[in-house]
Amino acid sequence: MTDRKADFGETFIAALPLGKALGMEMVEIGDGMAAIRMPYHADLIGDPDTGVIHGGAVSALMDTCGGAAVMTHPDNPGGTATIDLRIDYMRAATPGQSITARAECYHMTRSVAFVRAQAFDEDETRPVAAATGTFTVEAKR
Amino acid sequence: MSRPRPEPVQIVKERRDRALSAIVGRVPYIRFLGIGFERHGDELTAVMHFDEKLIGNPILPALHGGATASFLEVTAIIELSWSYLWDDIESGALDPETLAAPGAVRLPKTIDFTIDYLRSGLPRDAYARARINRSGRRYASVHVEAWQDNRSRLYAQGTGHFLMPERDSTG
Repeated sequence: MTDRKADFGETFIAALPLGKALGMEMVEIGDGMAAIRMPYHADLIGDPDTGVIHGGAVSALMDTCGGAAVMTHPDNPGGTATIDLRIDYMRAATPGQSITARAECYHMTRSVAFVRAQAFDEDETRPVAAATGTFTVEAKR
Repeated sequence: MSRPRPEPVQIVKERRDRALSAIVGRVPYIRFLGIGFERHGDELTAVMHFDEKLIGNPILPALHGGATASFLEVTAIIELSWSYLWDDIESGALDPETLAAPGAVRLPKTIDFTIDYLRSGLPRDAYARARINRSGRRYASVHVEAWQDNRSRLYAQGTGHFLMPERDSTG
């Protein structure tokens, strides 16, 4: 990681109260890509009988990771906000395992950024969820 | 012709409220986000009480898109569970004690969920209501609307598909 990227990774989550509350940690940053890990925690459980974490927590991770991918894109002049996000849940995440989302900003116009993302638990061969989203591209003020 | 005398209002309200809190109260993530439900008859309104930890953009400040996404999904799942258990709660076939027991309520599973962010979420309470557009034996389609200050100015909406739990013979 270059210094600029390492700084971004550290400050990005530190500036997001929800990201911090959910224990998110930036694990990888590229040009228009990001990977963020969210450790398993009892607060995230959506099904108390199985201990499987709530889909909403996975959505929060996908949204954060998608936003990070937009912000690291070389053409992005400033901040971003989510316009739309669709998440497909392929299977329940294994209780006790952390979830890692990887998002890629695969296209950017002057006003819209297009993102796709996948989330995995410790089994990296079978995604837990997939997402596609659009984000705003905000001019630097 | 005679009909049975209606139950006293307190008994009806208490049974419904206890059933609702039994369904909602067991989910840790709902508690973590500070989401509660208000009930009028069978109509539910979800309330996400503002907390600093829900912020995603500290400069504006604005609610995190993920907090809003979670809020909408929680609202949809509780509405679905509430509506499919309603008849059994009303008839007394399911009492609130049973509902609160481990394994008693199997929640619908999200297949997909789409969130449309219409305005940035302000740092205050948010409200949401879900409408079940289709609920079959296996699949359900639910639309959720969320607002803050004005009911007619939605700040987010969502649509999701859910896999319904298999029903036991008790229903």
